[in-house]
Amino acid sequence: MAFYCGVDIGSTWTKAVILGEENEPDYTRALVRTGISFESAALSARDEALARAKLTPDDIERTFSTGYGRMNAEFADGRRTEIACHAKGAFHSFPHPCHVVDIGGQDNKIIQLSEKGAVEHFLMNRKCAAGTGSFIEEISRRLDIDMKRLEELAENANKEITLSSFCTVFSATEVIKLIREGESPENICKGVFNAVVARVTEMGTLGDKIVLTGGVAAAFPIVADILSNATGATVFIPEHAQFTGALGAALEAAASN
Amino acid sequence: MPKLESLKKMKELVAGHFTGLDAAAKDPSRKVAWCTSVGPVELLRTFGFEVYFPENHGAVLGASRKANDYIPRANAAGYSPDICSYLTADVGAFLAGETPLSHGYGLKSVPTPDILVYNTNQCRDVEDWFAFYARHFDIPLVGINSPVQVGDVTDELVKTLVPQYEELLPVFEAVSGVKFDIDRLREVMADSAETSRLWGEVLGTMAHRPSPMTFFDTSVHMAPAVILRGLPEASDYYRMLLKELATLTEGNVSAVNKERFRIYWDGMPVWGKLRELSTFFNEMDAALVVSTYCNSWVFEAFDPSNPFESMARAFLELFIARSDKAKEGIMAELCEKFSVDGVIYHDAKTCPNNSNTRYGLPQRLRTLTGLPFTIVYGDLNDLRCFSEEQAKTSIEAFLEQIEGGRA
Repeated sequence: MAFYCGVDIGSTWTKAVILGEENEPDYTRALVRTGISFESAALSARDEALARAKLTPDDIERTFSTGYGRMNAEFADGRRTEIACHAKGAFHSFPHPCHVVDIGGQDNKIIQLSEKGAVEHFLMNRKCAAGTGSFIEEISRRLDIDMKRLEELAENANKEITLSSFCTVFSATEVIKLIREGESPENICKGVFNAVVARVTEMGTLGDKIVLTGGVAAAFPIVADILSNATGATVFIPEHAQFTGALGAALEAAASN
Repeated sequence: MPKLESLKKMKELVAGHFTGLDAAAKDPSRKVAWCTSVGPVELLRTFGFEVYFPENHGAVLGASRKANDYIPRANAAGYSPDICSYLTADVGAFLAGETPLSHGYGLKSVPTPDILVYNTNQCRDVEDWFAFYARHFDIPLVGINSPVQVGDVTDELVKTLVPQYEELLPVFEAVSGVKFDIDRLREVMADSAETSRLWGEVLGTMAHRPSPMTFFDTSVHMAPAVILRGLPEASDYYRMLLKELATLTEGNVSAVNKERFRIYWDGMPVWGKLRELSTFFNEMDAALVVSTYCNSWVFEAFDPSNPFESMARAFLELFIARSDKAKEGIMAELCEKFSVDGVIYHDAKTCPNNSNTRYGLPQRLRTLTGLPFTIVYGDLNDLRCFSEEQAKTSIEAFLEQIEGGRA
């Protein structure tokens, strides 16, 4: 049996996926911190995934890399951008015309897919990381609240707040103002997730079916509810949302001859 | 792409341009004018002015990656990081008393002007830019205040502009000490018209598949069309270049390794990243075969028999000065003529007038032509506004999108 590997070297996390010919839904996954060496992170993620699948590098027919560090994975046989891979991975889980919204560590993407899964148009956020995973991390530090508790607090909010700044640093300043004014941590946390969604919806028009991918969707499913409320769309989160790009890369590897 | 002999010639011409300006600035009997690139150069040449183009200096600062050394200096002097980075790089370099022309051509400084002449058809920044020098040198600042968002360039509109050109004549006479001679103007206009026609022909060779040049080549080859407009040397240069290009197109020589994608580049070059982007597009098998920017120096209206009106018309027809509706029409025609697969828009942070991304034009052009587009966020000179990795990902994904659409 042939196996294919996809490695998504993102700004914060590196994800690896190993896929057999059967395209099994519960494919093997591995996640490592990207750190300061893209190459090492890619190798670690791949090796961890291989170990879990009880395979060796020789068992892998082809490997494709994607993400910011895609050029650094020298062991890969090919590479694709994260746009192509998120499109492929998302369509694999949700084979319908839709908009893929990927909220990553440092950037957001909107990808419009045709009924055949082809990329019809895509948008990336501009240079600032406001509304991305890094933004949530920064605000969590500012609030001195563990990332894992943000969603739980937000779920108990009794007021809607949105941070309006395009800039992560200025958003943090808005948070300080809210704290000074005595706003509850629950409402501020909800405001942070509202801001994440606002930064996405102002990027471009979304249709009635959205596939939400990336680490933020995986860690904070509340974002899907807020996005659905804001757009009226049905929002679908793939089971392993953070691995969508790596899955797409593995699928590209399998499709490439 | 093989190295063209013409490039050697161009280097000589550009060197001659700068050393000639330097000599003129040091000679009290000769006069130097600074002019915007789409200003009334033809009139200035009629009076014997040597003409220097600060925008060209801005591009040299960008291409030599010196711009970011100087922009902060202008910012500190009150010129915002949000305004034209040609202006801020140029003014910053002036405040620092430095110029890349020293290293390149042995000039101690930029040539001191006797008069400053602008045309706001490009933007208001050019007037503010030149006003800085008018205050510094205490010399006349004159120009054309042009309408913007021009739809149809009608005879009536052209006629309203002509008096502005005529009003420049006594000022030019006073500064140059030369009396206006319409026959001399007709000669200069004839040279400009010929240069313009030939430059258009040069750009037209890129309609050939594969294209013998890309936008990165034409961003260099355009120099004579800008800085030597109105001089016979410019036309001679393009005749030489055209001969070489004919050999390339006959031999089906491709500018990129393997032309798989033909792309329209809209907006300014990222001057400090020309080499990196050129290499990147080459690796991606993508040829940038047409651009709004390089096409801007094709002035079809120039007519020596009717110099004032044709000048006014040509400068009103300038792409940057046109309404979005007119721009959409022009771009759609070029997309078809050059058989492009898609459009890449450069949204230049400090050049809103040359960034056609901010009022929905890309979306409308996509509806009109069916061609996909993407936007690269950057700047002409201020590399603080450009994320190379993000731009490359965007471009690569765009090419993947085009490829996917063919499957």
